[in-house]
Amino acid sequence: MSSTADFESLLRQALAPIDPPEELEARVETHLVSILEVATEELEAWELSSMKDPRNWIRPVVAVGAGTAAGVGLAVVRTQRKRHKRRAAASHPLDLAERTLRDLAHEAGKLIDEAGRRLG
Amino acid sequence: MVAPEPTPARKRELDEQFTALYKAHLRDVFSYAYYRVGNHHDAEDLTEQTFLQAYRHFERAQRESNGRPLRPWLIRIAHNLAANYYRDRSRRPQTALDDAGVLPEQHTTETLVEHRDDLKRILECVQDLPDDRREALIMRFALGMDNREIARALGRTDGATKVLLHRAIRQLEELVKKSEGAGGARGEAAAARS
Repeated sequence: MSSTADFESLLRQALAPIDPPEELEARVETHLVSILEVATEELEAWELSSMKDPRNWIRPVVAVGAGTAAGVGLAVVRTQRKRHKRRAAASHPLDLAERTLRDLAHEAGKLIDEAGRRLG
Repeated sequence: MVAPEPTPARKRELDEQFTALYKAHLRDVFSYAYYRVGNHHDAEDLTEQTFLQAYRHFERAQRESNGRPLRPWLIRIAHNLAANYYRDRSRRPQTALDDAGVLPEQHTTETLVEHRDDLKRILECVQDLPDDRREALIMRFALGMDNREIARALGRTDGATKVLLHRAIRQLEELVKKSEGAGGARGEAAAARS
């Protein structure tokens, strides 16, 4: 290791970027789903009578916030996964945009149905 | 002052932007996490937590970024989570990366294999650096971040970051030299015994 330039070159090689495992993307999606589920359970457990006590307001509000954020994120991730199919099927950019929006609405609808079923 | 709730159209736009950010920087965050914690399993956890946290605060970050790239913000989240990771579990960075014997795929060409011992030694010495110096080197050499980006990620000035990087490289060079010397002395002693 003669010069600083050589050393920095070796350092760049030693610290080469590492590709994440393929399943990591799926794991993030799964985690978003679990946040959604926890948020739904929080809502399920929340009884209206507890509204009289302001100390009980925080948890459901946080649950709704977390659930909404996770749900929207999940719909986007799911929609993104179908992009190759959409690109292949679309005849022009406008058609592709329309298909993307349709898929996004479909995924969002599915998530709302799932959440609705859990709440009974 | 509390920001107004974004409209549905704005939320859709934010989600698209978050998806783009996620896709563009998954590798950066994973690389940073891996060199920070030293094993794949915890690096995956850290990466996952980073993006989940980033998603929760994305709207605000977008608003406050004034159009600047969000990679430093993302890496700063990973940096804070990594600090909590050590604090909560009373862990220290692992000295040897879990697959130090099998360097990442990018290291498989013949030329790089020739330098294998050097690279392994450097990686080991990187883990012996103080936290701030180690992180600055990871950001510069693994992620290719420039001084300004690193400064934003670490919450320092550009000048302080430049000095930090300079000192980190110098200290690492010293550590590697010492390590080479120790290795050479051990080799000579073994040869004399045989």
